[in-house]
Amino acid sequence: MNALPFAIYVTFAGALLALIAGRRSAAAARVVALVTAVAGWAITLGAAWNFQPAAHLQTLVDVPWIPELGIRYHLAADGISLTLLVLTGLAATAGILFSWNIEERTGEFFAFYLTLIGGVYGVFLSADAFQFFVFYEIAIVPKYFLIAIWGSTRREYGAMKLVLYSFAGSALVLAGLLWTYVAGGAHSFALDDLAQATVVIPHAQQLVIFALIFVGFATLAGIFPLHTWAPTGHVAAPTGASMLLAGVVMKLGAYGCLRVALPLFPAAFAFWQPTIAWLAIAGILYAGTVALVQQDFKFVIAYSSVSHMGFVLLGLAAANLRSVSGAVLQMFSHGVIAGLLFAVVGRMVYERTHTRQLADLRALPLFRLLPFAAVTFVLASLASMGLPGFSGFPAELSILIGAWQSSPVWALAAALGVLVAAAFTLRVLQLAFFGQVSRDSAATAHPLPPITLAEKSGATLLLAATVFVGLRPDILLGWIEPALHSPLLAAVLKGGTP
Amino acid sequence: MNPDYAALARALAPELALVLGALVVLGFDLWLGRKLPAGARMRAVTSLGVLAVLSAVVVVVKTGQPGAVFGAVLMLDPLAQLTRLGVLTLALLTLEIAPGADRQRHPAEYVAVLLFATCGFTLMAAAQQLLLVFLAIELASLSLYVLAGFDKSRPQSAEAALKYFLFGGMAAAFLLFGFSLLYGLTGSIELSEIALALQRGPGGPLLAVALVMVLAGFGFKAAAAPFHLWAPDVYEGAPASSAALIASASKLAGLVVFTRLLWPRLGSGAGALGVPLAHAGWLTVVALMAGASLLIGNLAALAQANVRRLLAYSAIAHAGVMLIGVMSVGSGGVGALFYYVFTYGLATVGAFGVIGVVDRSGGGCQRITDLAGLHRRSPVLAVCLAVYLLSLAGVPPFAGFFGKFAVFAQALQAGGVGSPIGGLALLGIALSAVGLYYYLIVLKQALVAAPVPEAKPIRMEMPVAVALVVPAGLLVCLGLFPAALLQLF
Repeated sequence: MNALPFAIYVTFAGALLALIAGRRSAAAARVVALVTAVAGWAITLGAAWNFQPAAHLQTLVDVPWIPELGIRYHLAADGISLTLLVLTGLAATAGILFSWNIEERTGEFFAFYLTLIGGVYGVFLSADAFQFFVFYEIAIVPKYFLIAIWGSTRREYGAMKLVLYSFAGSALVLAGLLWTYVAGGAHSFALDDLAQATVVIPHAQQLVIFALIFVGFATLAGIFPLHTWAPTGHVAAPTGASMLLAGVVMKLGAYGCLRVALPLFPAAFAFWQPTIAWLAIAGILYAGTVALVQQDFKFVIAYSSVSHMGFVLLGLAAANLRSVSGAVLQMFSHGVIAGLLFAVVGRMVYERTHTRQLADLRALPLFRLLPFAAVTFVLASLASMGLPGFSGFPAELSILIGAWQSSPVWALAAALGVLVAAAFTLRVLQLAFFGQVSRDSAATAHPLPPITLAEKSGATLLLAATVFVGLRPDILLGWIEPALHSPLLAAVLKGGTP
Repeated sequence: MNPDYAALARALAPELALVLGALVVLGFDLWLGRKLPAGARMRAVTSLGVLAVLSAVVVVVKTGQPGAVFGAVLMLDPLAQLTRLGVLTLALLTLEIAPGADRQRHPAEYVAVLLFATCGFTLMAAAQQLLLVFLAIELASLSLYVLAGFDKSRPQSAEAALKYFLFGGMAAAFLLFGFSLLYGLTGSIELSEIALALQRGPGGPLLAVALVMVLAGFGFKAAAAPFHLWAPDVYEGAPASSAALIASASKLAGLVVFTRLLWPRLGSGAGALGVPLAHAGWLTVVALMAGASLLIGNLAALAQANVRRLLAYSAIAHAGVMLIGVMSVGSGGVGALFYYVFTYGLATVGAFGVIGVVDRSGGGCQRITDLAGLHRRSPVLAVCLAVYLLSLAGVPPFAGFFGKFAVFAQALQAGGVGSPIGGLALLGIALSAVGLYYYLIVLKQALVAAPVPEAKPIRMEMPVAVALVVPAGLLVCLGLFPAALLQLF
């Protein structure tokens, strides 16, 4: 547990090393990156092994940082952050395995990649709002370069749009945090202190500040109608980055909502709750329907991410023990599944066929040319549709049950989203892998380069994770649920008793 | 009161070191330098200049903070001494990034004039009396006009110098007129006396005139809207190192004098800060200037295709933030403002240093696309540029982020969210996303785009490389440990 801060330090050191190693050879940079990611993941798993669930953040480091403003360097973890830390380690490792074929400016790629991951670790470990924000912003800028340098379709546009949305969102968060700091008079950015200080802020102001912070974070989580950056950005990104951006970085936004926005302003949250829930449902249904008509394979996956993140937001909005633990589980689950789907589309298929148009893929006997990719995608699709045995099932089920407890209408509307998800997933599965292949084209099709060992191991890792969590969701829920009983979160959750 | 000339000499030792250094540089060049080959001559005079600045740094550090000197003509408080160190650091970096021998036929004059300008800056940092303030500003300004026009091979340089001179002369006239009115109203040229006199009696229309005149003068120095029009042309035409000095050290010194004028009790003990000179009227005008600078700077920067003009407009936007910092000094001291302006200066010197190096490597460096493929031509240069620009954009962990954060936090504390200054802070936060956009446009060329086929790798001499890596390192260190600087106040 006490080693967790080193996940941050090791990752940043690895970023620097990868940059240096990349000057010598691409292979060296790859190895450095993989070792770093595995080391970070091992640290989180080690912490998980010894983890004692508790109803509060367990402090790891707490030293004064900028005493003039009452800012502390305060790293702490609970079951929620631990779940997401483990996800980050897993997604980072898998993402590097799927970036093994990056030949151009390899060292720089992994340097940006690991910087992003270091920032993500930092966010999940922060218990001081200023420090949270610093790590949050460190995770933003590398995204631009990852997409603009190594991306594909309209990469410069996609990169700029994605980064400006994220940065504008973080500007809202910064304004909200500073406002809270000043209006509450806390002289501290510790989340506990800020939460206590907000009681002196007038209700009307609370409503505005909460809206600023929540919208700022929710932009990164892809809330409707501020989600449009996500499909363009994630489609333009190189595979490893898409996996990380959709799988982990979108979770930063949801985590910010849960860790900062909700606990600081429980009363304002109660006011905005129905709005947030309906926006989340609109996102689930809208993104799902849009995914249904996409012609580009990767866009289907990108929109499905937005739709699945809608479930996370709905789980937060429903605000009871069941729905929020489901939301955190869904963050983990979607992180793994989105990684898998992007890996199949971006790396296994696109890098070999050089097309992502479903119309073109349909004419290829992909299930015969790339059987491993086909099997992986079938399994990932099943997981994505939320079938029992995969992690998506307990997650979405908890969210729906929790939403029903808060308002049956929400649950019914969101359940429609599950149907839509099944529809677009099956459609893309059929079109991409099991299209109408004429007998002679199947015979004459050029063989494609075989799936590499790196890809196989990455896919196996992610598949194993989704099946494991699908069969034993109680392990993660056993971490998450005690954390929801902490005083800060219990004030928000109706089903929770402190 | 007996004038204590010994104390005065001790207090002015850094300025003496700089002036002596300038004379030594000129003398050396007259007797020996001319006989040396161009490269050695350049290196020799630069080393002498560096030596002069370093000895000034040593003297400043040894002097400590004796407080008011020579009947409060000079105020050597923490702010003054840190500002002196700050401008000396920035001048040192500017010296090292000065153009190479091939472009310069008068290296000694360049170094000497730069030292005179620096002397003006250090005097501005400590001056506590209108006459000295004006003399210091004029010494600095006249030197800067010369530096702006130093590149005789390019007509744009002459154009920049002339524009800068005409605008600057006008601004100086306004400033002097404002000062003379202040003197007439209060009967004193000492800042603290003026403040006392103004608190005793009502201002009246004449005071308003005086304040507007003074504000116009300082608005010019800080390149704040609506007195910003010279900045893009000067930054574009002047040699890169001159532009670096104009944008960094000159701004730091100017804002410190401005702050002293606005908050005359600064340094005379805590608690007395709360009352700004001449009450709210002053603050309203500054607030309007800050808002206009933020909007004009950020929006006009979006449309620039020339990297120097882009930096100029971004400098105008930064001037807006600095003015917010000046207004909020009363609520939290001067630490945040100093931190912001100093780190801004480091990043700007660095950015112009990179432009200067690219400029000399052939092909010039005016358009943003001239930076294309910098990551391949010189990885070190590209990394440094990324640090400078991301710091200017206010992205952590670089110092620019914490500077903005501290200034905005202080501004919100000064008046709350509903007040004009709080509103300005929110405007500044909102516009930071715009800022990131245009800095990323530059970085896109430097880090993403491929170099043009004829572009060659860039080689830097060691001192230049050091002068570019040091500010980048400082920006990272100060960004990670801002308390190291803040606790000095």
